Amino acid sequence: MTVYGLRVVSPGALSTIQDLGRPGYQRFGVSVSGAADRYALRLGNLLVGNDQRDAAIEVTIGGAEFEFTSPAIFAITGADLTPTLNGTPLALWETFGADVGDRLSLMSPAGPNSGLRAYVNVSGGFDTPPVLGSRSTHIGARLGGIEGRAPETDDEILIGPVTNSVLPGRRVPLHLLPQYGGDIVARVIPGPQDDLFDSDATATFYNAIYTVSDKSDRMGCRLEGTEVPAIDGAHDIVSDGVLSGAIQIPGDAQPIILLADRQTTGGYAKIGVIASVDLALVAQASPGATVRFERISAEDASTLARDRMATLRNISFDEPASGTVQSEELRRGYDLRIDGSKYHVEITSGVDEGQTTAIVNGIEYVVHVHPGE
Amino acid sequence: MTAGTHLEPRILICGEDALVVEFGNGIDPVTNDRVYALAAAVEAAKNKSVVELIPTYRSLLVQYDLELSSVADMAVFLNDMIARSAVSTDAHDNTPRRIYELPVAYGGEHGEDLDDVADHAGITPDEVVAIHSGTDYRVYMLGFAPGFPYLGGMDERIATPRLASPRVRVPAGSVGIAETQTGVYPMASPGGWRLIGNTPVSLFDPKAHPPVPFLPGSFIRFVPVSSEETKRIANQVAEGTYRVHMTEQAG
Repeated sequence: MTVYGLRVVSPGALSTIQDLGRPGYQRFGVSVSGAADRYALRLGNLLVGNDQRDAAIEVTIGGAEFEFTSPAIFAITGADLTPTLNGTPLALWETFGADVGDRLSLMSPAGPNSGLRAYVNVSGGFDTPPVLGSRSTHIGARLGGIEGRAPETDDEILIGPVTNSVLPGRRVPLHLLPQYGGDIVARVIPGPQDDLFDSDATATFYNAIYTVSDKSDRMGCRLEGTEVPAIDGAHDIVSDGVLSGAIQIPGDAQPIILLADRQTTGGYAKIGVIASVDLALVAQASPGATVRFERISAEDASTLARDRMATLRNISFDEPASGTVQSEELRRGYDLRIDGSKYHVEITSGVDEGQTTAIVNGIEYVVHVHPGE
Repeated sequence: MTAGTHLEPRILICGEDALVVEFGNGIDPVTNDRVYALAAAVEAAKNKSVVELIPTYRSLLVQYDLELSSVADMAVFLNDMIARSAVSTDAHDNTPRRIYELPVAYGGEHGEDLDDVADHAGITPDEVVAIHSGTDYRVYMLGFAPGFPYLGGMDERIATPRLASPRVRVPAGSVGIAETQTGVYPMASPGGWRLIGNTPVSLFDPKAHPPVPFLPGSFIRFVPVSSEETKRIANQVAEGTYRVHMTEQAG
């Protein structure tokens, strides 16, 4: 039986398996983790025909290379780490076909062109063993991923069964693409400890321009800039719960925006929480990028989040010209067992007017396709 | 840290899809009891929009599905839950304590710093063990790392400063003391606590439901066991046949 997968040639600075994370266990001290840029992961999954919650490889900064050990349809979303397939540059936010032995590189030798974290999404999703309902890797807690760790050279990462076939050349519509930039404006819902900061400190926080520090990681985006002192220096609080996007102001009065691998509780005053629709931009901010904060109400931020979920649910991609052009290397074979008999099936063309062709055990058939919905 | 109970709980906004009910700003059993009473009420209400609860020393964070609820609706719901749980706390002042017994091999290879803790306290190692295992510790919350219990109630006679230079690797199950706190390392990690013993019980098992042997809001009692006994228990833990003993005691 063919095993679908990807071999790690070089993991680069940091590559980890991530899905939408491991919610529901924070009361036991288990971090949610998951993709730092959830929007890029969701879009990437939908683009390759997956469920939004499927797992991708999050590649940080660059230096990563993979070799396909089976044919696959894939797409790169998120940061522009100058992706290439066998040396040919690839567009982001678009599906491509790969064949056995093809090399996918995300090297960005001169640093990312935009963003910080790219997502390698494959049709079928990466199929590492789920732990507490998620494949997300939390390296500190040794949960998820490959036995709790990041992929290393020569690891083979399996690809799951394809449930919804898509063609190469499928693209995310332009108006849905995020603009990762050097000057980020992040909207902030004040609270829960905004009352620990007086009006001067609060004004400073919302007027200052902060710079992303190189000490940032998947736990938090650390900022440097004008200090935001708490009243009477009371930055330490008795620990309470923290969520993604919460902005802690510890004793050095410099903000830290909590990201995917954050702990479940924290002992620093939180002046506000970033609206989820803006958090992806923070997660993609490289050291040196600037961040400015603007107030938003919880109600307005909820509306933005609901609208974005609806957009993703109702998304329609720019599909490749309908037709049957598909090169030999884009074929994907399936080994099926039906009532005890083995069948090898290869889909040899795209869907055209409800029909496609398939080779089953060497004999070509015309197949009528009934849309699933 | 001093106790500082609010007269009235406060509901605070925590982003677009969560509220925090804050009962106080200190570490004390009364505040913590109210947190877990509210958590129990919220769970019992089976509100489908609630997706996550994070109980802590003095507050309960409630995250909700913003496609099923809103800030205003959740505030109404939580005010109702606060009223209900306040009534039930008053009515059941004698709610039994759940005490989970954690076997601990003290001293020697299991707790290399036991003698130092005894020296610091000016008592014998046996007396340290008697004091440490003679108290039931409240599990105020779990956090920091999967299964890590924040415990309260250690006898200050055995309080000891952290190591000046932290160990690079503390084995999983290590029972330690840092200042007036005591705790257990769920997994091997670097650490600066004074190690006085080790429990063979796994404090976090992702394959178990729930993945922790005791729930926050309950109590832990450390029970001294011999080196031989701890090996026997470790085997049972490895085979998956060990169950942490739990007793209920009138509150």
